[in-house]
Amino acid sequence: MSGWIASLAMLLSFLVSLSIFFSFLLHSPQDRILSIFLFDWIPFGSLKINVGFMIDPVSSIMTLIVTGVGFMIHLYSIAYMREDISIVRYFVYLNLFSFSMLLLVLADNFLLMFVGWEAVGLCSYLLIGFWYEKPSAIEAGKKAFIVNRVGDFCFLIALFQILTIFGTFDFSDISRSASELFMKDSFNVNLLCLFLFFGAAGKSAQFPLHVWLPDAMEGPSPVSALIHAATMVTAGIYLLVRNHVLFSLAPSTLMFIALVGSFTLLFAASIALVQNDIKKVLAYSTLSQLGYMFLACGIGAYATAMFHLMTHAFFKALLFLGAGSVIHAMNGEQDIRKMGGIRSYIPKTSFTFIIGSLAISGIFPLAGFFSKDAILFSAFKSHSLAILFWFAGLFGVLMTSYYTFRLVLKVFYGDKNFKENETHVHESPPIMIFPLFVLAFFSIVGGWVSIPMISGGDVFGKFLSSVLNPTVSVDSHHNLTLELVLMFLSLGIALLGIFLAYQTCCKKRQFFSDSSVVGMRLFSLLENKYYIDEIYSLILVRPLRFIANLFFKLFEQNIIDASVNGTGRLVKSLGANLRSLQDGYVKTYAVSILFGAVCIIFLLVFNFSSRF
Amino acid sequence: MFPIVSWMVFSPLIGAFLILFFGDKNEKQCKRIVLIAIISSLISFLFSLVIFMNFQSSPKMQFVENLKWIESLGVSYRVGLDGISFPLILLTTFLTPIVLLFSWDDIKKRIRLYYFSMLLLETAMLGVFVSLDFFLFYVFWEAMLIPMYFIIGIWGGKKRIYSAMKFFLYTMTGSVLMLIAILWLYFATGFGTFNILVFLNSPVDPLLQTWLFAAFAIAFAIKVPMFPFHTWLPDAHVEAPTAGSVILAGVLLKMGTYGFIRLAIPLFPEAAVEFSPLLIFLSLVGIIYGALMAMVQKDAKKLVAYSSISHLGFVMFGLFSFNLLALGGSVLQMVNHGICSGLLFLTVGMLYRRRHTRFMDDFGGIAKVMPAFSVFFVIAVFSSIGLPGLNGFVGEFAILSGSFQSHFFPTLIATIGVVLSAVYMLPMVQKVIFGKIKFEANRVLSDLNLREWFVLVPMIFLVFLLGIYPKPILKIIEPSTKSLLLKIKGRKLLVKKRNIKKLRLVISEIAPRRGY
Amino acid sequence: MVPLENYLFLSSILFVLGLIGVIVRRSVIVVILCIELMMNGANLAFVSYGHFLNSMDGQLIVFFVMAVAAAEAAIGLAIVVMIYRNRESTDLDEVNLLKF
Repeated sequence: MSGWIASLAMLLSFLVSLSIFFSFLLHSPQDRILSIFLFDWIPFGSLKINVGFMIDPVSSIMTLIVTGVGFMIHLYSIAYMREDISIVRYFVYLNLFSFSMLLLVLADNFLLMFVGWEAVGLCSYLLIGFWYEKPSAIEAGKKAFIVNRVGDFCFLIALFQILTIFGTFDFSDISRSASELFMKDSFNVNLLCLFLFFGAAGKSAQFPLHVWLPDAMEGPSPVSALIHAATMVTAGIYLLVRNHVLFSLAPSTLMFIALVGSFTLLFAASIALVQNDIKKVLAYSTLSQLGYMFLACGIGAYATAMFHLMTHAFFKALLFLGAGSVIHAMNGEQDIRKMGGIRSYIPKTSFTFIIGSLAISGIFPLAGFFSKDAILFSAFKSHSLAILFWFAGLFGVLMTSYYTFRLVLKVFYGDKNFKENETHVHESPPIMIFPLFVLAFFSIVGGWVSIPMISGGDVFGKFLSSVLNPTVSVDSHHNLTLELVLMFLSLGIALLGIFLAYQTCCKKRQFFSDSSVVGMRLFSLLENKYYIDEIYSLILVRPLRFIANLFFKLFEQNIIDASVNGTGRLVKSLGANLRSLQDGYVKTYAVSILFGAVCIIFLLVFNFSSRF
Repeated sequence: MFPIVSWMVFSPLIGAFLILFFGDKNEKQCKRIVLIAIISSLISFLFSLVIFMNFQSSPKMQFVENLKWIESLGVSYRVGLDGISFPLILLTTFLTPIVLLFSWDDIKKRIRLYYFSMLLLETAMLGVFVSLDFFLFYVFWEAMLIPMYFIIGIWGGKKRIYSAMKFFLYTMTGSVLMLIAILWLYFATGFGTFNILVFLNSPVDPLLQTWLFAAFAIAFAIKVPMFPFHTWLPDAHVEAPTAGSVILAGVLLKMGTYGFIRLAIPLFPEAAVEFSPLLIFLSLVGIIYGALMAMVQKDAKKLVAYSSISHLGFVMFGLFSFNLLALGGSVLQMVNHGICSGLLFLTVGMLYRRRHTRFMDDFGGIAKVMPAFSVFFVIAVFSSIGLPGLNGFVGEFAILSGSFQSHFFPTLIATIGVVLSAVYMLPMVQKVIFGKIKFEANRVLSDLNLREWFVLVPMIFLVFLLGIYPKPILKIIEPSTKSLLLKIKGRKLLVKKRNIKKLRLVISEIAPRRGY
Repeated sequence: MVPLENYLFLSSILFVLGLIGVIVRRSVIVVILCIELMMNGANLAFVSYGHFLNSMDGQLIVFFVMAVAAAEAAIGLAIVVMIYRNRESTDLDEVNLLKF
């Protein structure tokens, strides 16, 4: 019941955003903006922070993704969570998340966006730890929140800088005055953008702050699909795109972003090659795809980044939901080594899953092909150094198709590695299958809105062009042959990846001999995710605990408190010694009074005599 | 004019004396005492609401009452309030009925004396906030100590005598210093009056300021508490009964920061500017140090106590960065901290009354048996972490963004405290609320009873209200902080000139300085 | 005419006698009598000064002192009676509760 109410709410929200989207299509590009003011939030001094919403084409796309994919995932959850006793709590969190995410994308100023930003973090925390009796889930949720907080630290600093420089948080005001303010001041704008980027990197799990996302897979699968693939993790991209005016003024930061993006895409893809947990593979693949998006932002192709964001939302949500369906079918088993050959048991799930895999690998004519190719093409022709990024992206394509099809082949094909009579593999109910087919449909056609080869084919870029200055994608049909060559190249590489996956998984051919020392080392390095968690634990977590403990035991208790108590003891012992003077006999007191009187008289006499 | 401020201050006292006429021998009599106590504090709250309705948004002292008292010394009964004291007054009148209601189930011995002390304490606290005469101020300041001493010492935990003594001696040291400074000021200026407003409007010799400021600062720093003077706080908070901890954290700690903003800074602005690097340094140390200490605690109450040190560090940092936004944020954060730490203490107290332990490891899986409680607890924790949309964020953000404009690196360090707050708070949630039920005793815990709902719901309501719509309270705070800042503005500019090189890091030459 | 010094000498002798009595005697009654003696020594000094300075103040104060001394003697004796009732003796060396 709760699920249906929640889904209905999402459906309503989706219909509203759809109507806004269509009304935008009817308007001329300049009029494609809608803003409402709700109330003053923090009015203090000359600072005015409002609660107000603004929809332009970029946020319109985001709302469509959030509500559309969100609605599908809600539907899916109804069946997926059916047996869970806290299903009400689940849908409360899920709807709270959708609200926060919409707040994030619709906010018309930075601070309100930050509210949504933190609120999605909260929901992510709650949903990762949804099964709170599992210690690992709680631990993962905590880790996600704290790592996100580190990113938020940078975001906050960026907000302070914005306030100091602009005196306002309003997006449109900032975009308007940025170029004038930063004309000569490249240092500050770079610093600002760098902090913003680190904030984005926290939420979008880019390299140094990526550690939380794989652990976040402890949550239910639909949550991973909604939050940790389709929507929340793309908030970082949205932040960059929303403030593309600022970032365009900071070319060296953009360079850095592209560098981090391409590093993450390679780094995460390489880890995904050897993971054995079905959701972990997808998580690392998400990291890697986010890397692509950051790469696109870094080379200034914001529309392309948004495009990839959209297609990725479709096929990654599909993959996660498919994975959820597989896990559901396997009674909670997530290890792909214990699956295999289940295609015949769950044909519908496997069909859609394979479509998603083809899409993410970038096979023509599925969505991933167009979006990824657009990024690669932008990288190829943006500037001379960017050729490196292009190579990185291309190598990423190879790894992507390899790890995706390794997954597909190990799960759906090959030998059955489970006991058939113990594990009763079963297809999911229709309400779970329906969203899979819808998402599969969009994973196929989602890319057709931006087909660069055909003149005027870039509908998507045009739609966004009122916000984002038309960049690479519009003038891309200068060099049709070059583009076609590149396209075929990447397609070929993707196919090569699938072929390699086939060779290793089905033919059991070894490319790296496991026995060789280098191979072993490399394998264990990848399997342990480059030991990043261990390194953090060694250089951050443990020293912090150690220092805190040290301070508490040594400084707090033995220096500060000891000195306080010492003062008390000193006074006490002084009193204990002096009290022997007071023996209780009236005579002693009389003598001491006499003594005092004599002293006073003596002093008076002495003083008087000296005065006269 | 109806002396509404005096009525507000003294109606709890009237209730307190009324209580003395009733016995506390059997259940019925006890109930009557509690009712009288709650009603008299509610009357005080109603009076404060009436003031809130009629409060004008201006920097002037409002609702001033003036009566002759000891004319030969220039002492008078002079009370009034403005935008700095009024939010704290509201906080006090709001919190007291709540903790009295909470005590219903908590306090089992010497009930009459307990409610008498609580009401006396409320009058004294309100008195501190409204008095405009040094003599009166000092009387209330000391009067506050005595009931608190008894509350910790009689109804406290195992180490209550030690803690009460420590609390008393620490604050006494500070107040003696303050008394000396007040008398010194009185004789050195020779105005022949204790009227605070007179002193506020007349500059004090800068040479004298240094010493007087130091004396005031130590007195208030002990109360805040700032870093090296803080060790009374964990003991007192942990040993006090829950209601005492709530009042202690919610209101008594604010006395220190209130003293700074009402007396120490405006009376001695030059000295305040001169000392500000030291105080900022100490508050930063407090932020980080409190957070680190909170990280290693096993006792939930102690964790909350140390988190108070960290949070109050933010307030102090905001006060001494001399920036309108930061100053306003500090005042707001005083209120916010009162609410969210009060809420945390209340929730921990609810656990304590069920299980008689505060150690986090003794819990686990509470979400299963006490779902409603868990929701409140998690909201309290996130309000303390400073989640936007809840009350903790607005103040914290205002403080940090305001002080960022003049103090780049200190703000960076203070912002680390924001990250650390999640690091020390979340494990508490993890250990208490989540996980499996490890102990059989936890399996039979009952969820909130009706009284507890009545305690928590108003608090949670405020958490959301102040987080989402803080405008009314900001409107109260703004004029007073603005006029306070104008006073020290000349000095502030001098300081800015010295720091101009550091500032260039964030403000380009062409960036116009918006006016705050 | 007898000079002032003689009066003062007599008064200080009375005072010191009383003082020595207070310090060395054990009986409470005697101690109280000695206190009276001291007081009378002081009274003598007051009266003689008053006489020699031609002022009534000295005599005025003596009247005060006498009134107070009467009250004091009454209270003192009451205390003695109480001590005797509780302890069955009036020995001062056994009364040492006046501490801490």
